[in-house]
Amino acid sequence: MIGLPHYLTLSAILFLLAVAGIFINRRNVILLLMCIELMLLAVNFNFVAFSRFLNNLDGQIFVFFILTVAAAEAAIGLAILVVLFRSKRSIDVDDLNSMKG
Amino acid sequence: MFIQILFYVFATVLVGAAIGVITARNPVHAVMYLVLAFFNSAVLWLLLEAEFLAIVLVLVYVGAVMVLFLFVVMMLDVNVESVKSGFTRYAPLGVVVLVIIAVELAQVIWVRHMGLRGIGELTPLPADYNNTRELGLLLYTEYFYAFELAAVILLVAIVAAISLTMRRRPGLKVQNIAQQVAVRREDRVKLVKMDSEERQ
Repeated sequence: MIGLPHYLTLSAILFLLAVAGIFINRRNVILLLMCIELMLLAVNFNFVAFSRFLNNLDGQIFVFFILTVAAAEAAIGLAILVVLFRSKRSIDVDDLNSMKG
Repeated sequence: MFIQILFYVFATVLVGAAIGVITARNPVHAVMYLVLAFFNSAVLWLLLEAEFLAIVLVLVYVGAVMVLFLFVVMMLDVNVESVKSGFTRYAPLGVVVLVIIAVELAQVIWVRHMGLRGIGELTPLPADYNNTRELGLLLYTEYFYAFELAAVILLVAIVAAISLTMRRRPGLKVQNIAQQVAVRREDRVKLVKMDSEERQ
């Protein structure tokens, strides 16, 4: 029988893969954004699983809002990326050093 | 039994797709793997009887956000080879961070299990249960304020995305509609009074 730990384990594996992806692709901004989407998916998995197993719909409402915010974040992030590429002709993280941070 | 097989099949494909996202050399392939991951998650959410969110995940995420990603990836020509270099410098730190997170998550989920075992089995929902209706009842009453805030966030995202990417290019010939509409007869038509001339 598939229980709550199965879903939580799957979500943990997804989250770990996303963190690994941030380390593997740490120079490409667009892949970093995709890894963040993967992390959000893992978090949403937890919310949906808990909501179902506790018979409480508030978790699913929260997933709804997370999806909204993630869509807004993706739109603004990609817009920033396009502007960045237009001015630098590159989306390499190592090239983003004009503020000497 | 059938649900178990479904869960393991789709979970395996989901994990495989996630591995594909983080290891694909070509960003377009990475986006495609991410689409596959979202589809599989939608199916797993269907198994959890969260039908509305599963459909929203496919429609909004795959249909809008991933297509946006695909547009941007195809618009920017990313140098694929140079992107992967410099990985080994950060690999030890990455492994350490990953091991720490894995141990902590395993603690929470499997070792301490915070009373998760007591939550127990899934009871199938009744046949006339309507997930969308229940979500709507909650969303438009208890969470109405948050719902409006979400709408404002989306509006801000629209304004931000447009204002970030809009640019005025010099030398571009465009109509000035306001000027055209506001034009008056006196600005354009000039009546000249002159005597009639002799036929040549």
